[in-house]
Amino acid sequence: MKIVQCECGHNNPYGTQVCEICGNPFDENEQLLNMRYEGAARRSQTYNTTIVDKIWNFFSSVKVGIWLIVLVLLGSVLGTVLPQQQYILSNAPPETFYEEQYGWFGWLYYTLGFHELFKSWWFLLLLALLGLSLIVASLDRIIPLYRSLKKQRVTRNTSFLKRQRLFSASEVEHPEESIQSVKKQLEQKRYKVKEENGNVLAEKNRFSRWGPYVNHTGLVIVLFAAMLRFIPGMYVNETVSIREGEYMAIPGTNYEYYLENEEFSIEYYDPTDEKYEAALERINGLQAKTYQTDANLYRNIGSTIPGAQPELEFVKSGKIIVNEPFTFDSISLYQTGYGTEFYKMMFQLANKETGEQFGTVEVNLDNPQEVHDLGNGYKVKVLDYFPDFEMKEDGPATKSKFPNNPGIAFSMISPEHPEGEISFVAIRTNVELGDNDYKMEFISMLNRDVTQLTVKKDHTLWLIALGGFIFMIGLTQGMYWNHRRVWLQQVDGEVWIAAHTNRGWDGFQQEITQCIQDTKLSEPVDQDVTVKKSKESE
Amino acid sequence: MLQLSSNLLGVAFFCYLFATIMLFVASVNKRKQNKEEESTKKGMAVKWGIVIAFIGLIFQIAYFTTRWIAVGHPPVSNMFEYLTFFGMMIVVGSFVIYFIYRNTLVALFSLPISMVIIAYASVFPTDIKPLVPGLQNYWLPIHVSTVALGQGLLTISFIAGLIYLLAVTNQSKSSKQTRMIEVVMYGILSIVAFAVIVLSFEIVKYEQTFTWQNEQEQSLELTYSMPAIIAPNDSQVVGDAGGFTSLVEAPAWMKGVNAARKLNSFVWAMLGGLVLYGMIRFILRKRIGAAIQPLLKNVRPTLLDEIGYRSVAIGFPIFVLGGLVFAMIYALDAWSRLWGWDPKEIGALVTALFYAAYLHLRISRGWQGNRSAWLAVIGFIIIMLNTVFVNLVIAGLHSYA
Amino acid sequence: MSQSNNVKQKRLILRTVILAVFIIVLGYTIYSNVFKNPAPVQVGDIAPDFELQTTNGETVKLSDYRGKGVFLNFWSTYCEGCEIEMPYMDSQYQFFKDKGVEVLAVDVGEPALTVKKFAEKYNLTFPVLLDEKQEVTKRYGVLPIPATFIIDKDGVVLDYIEGSLPEQSIRVLMSKIVP
Repeated sequence: MKIVQCECGHNNPYGTQVCEICGNPFDENEQLLNMRYEGAARRSQTYNTTIVDKIWNFFSSVKVGIWLIVLVLLGSVLGTVLPQQQYILSNAPPETFYEEQYGWFGWLYYTLGFHELFKSWWFLLLLALLGLSLIVASLDRIIPLYRSLKKQRVTRNTSFLKRQRLFSASEVEHPEESIQSVKKQLEQKRYKVKEENGNVLAEKNRFSRWGPYVNHTGLVIVLFAAMLRFIPGMYVNETVSIREGEYMAIPGTNYEYYLENEEFSIEYYDPTDEKYEAALERINGLQAKTYQTDANLYRNIGSTIPGAQPELEFVKSGKIIVNEPFTFDSISLYQTGYGTEFYKMMFQLANKETGEQFGTVEVNLDNPQEVHDLGNGYKVKVLDYFPDFEMKEDGPATKSKFPNNPGIAFSMISPEHPEGEISFVAIRTNVELGDNDYKMEFISMLNRDVTQLTVKKDHTLWLIALGGFIFMIGLTQGMYWNHRRVWLQQVDGEVWIAAHTNRGWDGFQQEITQCIQDTKLSEPVDQDVTVKKSKESE
Repeated sequence: MLQLSSNLLGVAFFCYLFATIMLFVASVNKRKQNKEEESTKKGMAVKWGIVIAFIGLIFQIAYFTTRWIAVGHPPVSNMFEYLTFFGMMIVVGSFVIYFIYRNTLVALFSLPISMVIIAYASVFPTDIKPLVPGLQNYWLPIHVSTVALGQGLLTISFIAGLIYLLAVTNQSKSSKQTRMIEVVMYGILSIVAFAVIVLSFEIVKYEQTFTWQNEQEQSLELTYSMPAIIAPNDSQVVGDAGGFTSLVEAPAWMKGVNAARKLNSFVWAMLGGLVLYGMIRFILRKRIGAAIQPLLKNVRPTLLDEIGYRSVAIGFPIFVLGGLVFAMIYALDAWSRLWGWDPKEIGALVTALFYAAYLHLRISRGWQGNRSAWLAVIGFIIIMLNTVFVNLVIAGLHSYA
Repeated sequence: MSQSNNVKQKRLILRTVILAVFIIVLGYTIYSNVFKNPAPVQVGDIAPDFELQTTNGETVKLSDYRGKGVFLNFWSTYCEGCEIEMPYMDSQYQFFKDKGVEVLAVDVGEPALTVKKFAEKYNLTFPVLLDEKQEVTKRYGVLPIPATFIIDKDGVVLDYIEGSLPEQSIRVLMSKIVP
């Protein structure tokens, strides 16, 4: 390993551009010093022998980091070209949806897996590599930067001063008094001033230099927390649909908690409200104001075996509305949707000829009762029930378990027909076997709402919040404060002013100008401008 | 109250216009600085320009407040409200820069940009739309207004970058850079043209309805408020066409609900921009960039470069706070998750990543001056795409506006 | 120089550790996100216990069948594949029930009456269970039906089959779980 020895006697690590102690630059050709990381050697440059070092050095490079940012950016853009699978119409099978909607391009998009781009292994890998780059690049820079800012000496090598961006050399009668006057001014502007042999180093807001590393730490914490979600038990994201009046086990609680949907309700904006009239007319019609589930939470103190009848103990009741989740333990229930189902069908047994009525039959479409005794020898039996009725070759059947199109076969028992007359009733259908004397008259249909809730448990939230907080602290500290340093030094009877900041040169220059206005020292010149001008004229 | 609030916005708009004229006059006067009298006149013009702009800002705040009272919630929840607020934040951003650098040039260029955006905002419906349940959350206005402030500051970096490019580009001969600058100018002009076209057709109450079939073969009606250069695919005109029906039909794959109308608007904007640009070129008889350059003779490019960087440094943390942090807090309440890769969320992430790349390129790779300025221009294009394009074209959770 | 070698050594170890931790974490994440089979009950697992009512109102608990082989079938009346295999299951059940093999046919959430009438129509003799709230269906992670779990006398899942089974296969599967 090579060591760079400075003329002041200090041994610097390999790769150092500016001596850690006195600031002597090792590259004599540059007109201005590259003050990035104080010219200290990045750790990665120091060793480069083993494969581990090579990988490390690769990820230490900001260039690589920027490429990773750009790749994540491009990947994200790619994910917006067509809608992701989670946002396409529900029930649409993705394998055909993309091709039908978007032709060959949709087919290609689906085939390449871009319909679930943000879950793909390569996108996760990119994010992870970005995380690695954050860790490695920060570690490699913060340590040498910390060392050189800690070690910096007040008196600097003249060629260090001369090659700062802001610089001036002035011949004045009383150099020491001038320096003291400027020093006082700087102190008033809250600079921390150090003095050595009549030379001055004034510095403020050094903490701003740690900003990037603080915010990188925050980001790494956020990425790590996002990864923790893959550990079982850390993160639950389920949905549950509950019909009004029913209860269901809350997913993710191992049948310990049950939720009852007491009532689901929708409130609409008043379409005659003057305020909203115009807008509501434009979207022609109703606009929901609130979706609300009135829920009761129960704890199951009985068997927690799936399917077993739970023994429920009331815990609490509350409402679940959009934007206001219902929480208990570490679980949150969100109102995410609703539906409406046929619930009960009401019929009347009637004599076709006389119109005489013998009582009503209420069929619960979720779980119909088999026998309905109407008294006086009148009875209605449900022979068969098809929740989602369709006619097939071998007779009536159901398409699904949902009562979308209920079809019911009745046997109507009357004193005249103790064997029963058969009638099949569905919506807008009434089929009889033979010529019946009685009929099942449809009276009404009762609907009920089904609420859809999202069940969330997230033990990573606090960590994400912490990471986000640290990230914002780091951004603020790095971006809203600027590290400023002024060196005042006597060199061969002249007073040299050199100054450095990481941002906001214009304001800095003005600040220094204000501090020297009581003296005859000349204003420091922005050498970046002069250097550029001379380069242009070449 | 609503009428009052829109009048206040009108007053603000004209204040910005006057302020722009004042500042413009001041910067033209700069060229003849040899006379002392002129320079004091110039000083007065600058002073008045800034004061009038500030009065405009106060009027716009008054518009915002009265509309808030009228609407009953912070007015940042539809496209009109958001864009006017964004325009206001650009003015705020230029004042921030003015107070740090005492530079009026940035204000001179930000005011027209802000006006263009406010004019564009008025294209969208201004009536009060009741909030859907998902939007009834106090985190929403916090999130949205922080984003707008961040975007306003980032727009200042675009403006500084644009001035930088206008100032340093060699306009004596046509080059890639001069052409790109003209493209940017054309882009801005097409937004102006679009606003003018829409508002003129609104005044004459133009309306034309078509019927067409969507992919479920339902027959739908689509009403245009501008003449249809592009009609829906396979559509029929409803009622009296009044001479003009349409030039061409949209391609068959464009089956989105309003896809054909959106395409029609886009074509109008592009053509309108072309006409406006052509007229200006005809009057100036040189590139717009070349015409502006003399105004910028006394500009210090390094200062503009620094202003551009500084506004990113100020705007980026605010944008990230609003667009990612507050957005996540809101989304957790409203949609039960922090982050769901919704197109708009991706847009915010892309913007944040882009400016992160900008900062790293600048700090670590020394991308300053020209490169930095172009990045700022691209950044603004990304912001506008995410503000307007994602809402209007890509459907998602944010397409309520 | 030896001191600097020491530092170098330490740094190499630190770097190796950080990279190794990174690779393990990344590997786990990608594996569990992309390649892991999400099925909650897998071949070789102990079949999770459940308790359901039959169409006749009796309560059946899976763990009561320890010592017997269980042919656990998930089905519904609207699923054609189920309709085809039901009679096969029943005829094989007649043969295997005395040899210690039980058939449990879990209907995935239809109304009791619908299921009962279906069972009557096909003269099903094995217990037909009603998973009214689909707790068991979800616990077993059953998505497409019919789906069959082959459970041996110790309660271990020996096999899992999605789709309709021909009678021959049902016989082979049942013979595997004769205790």
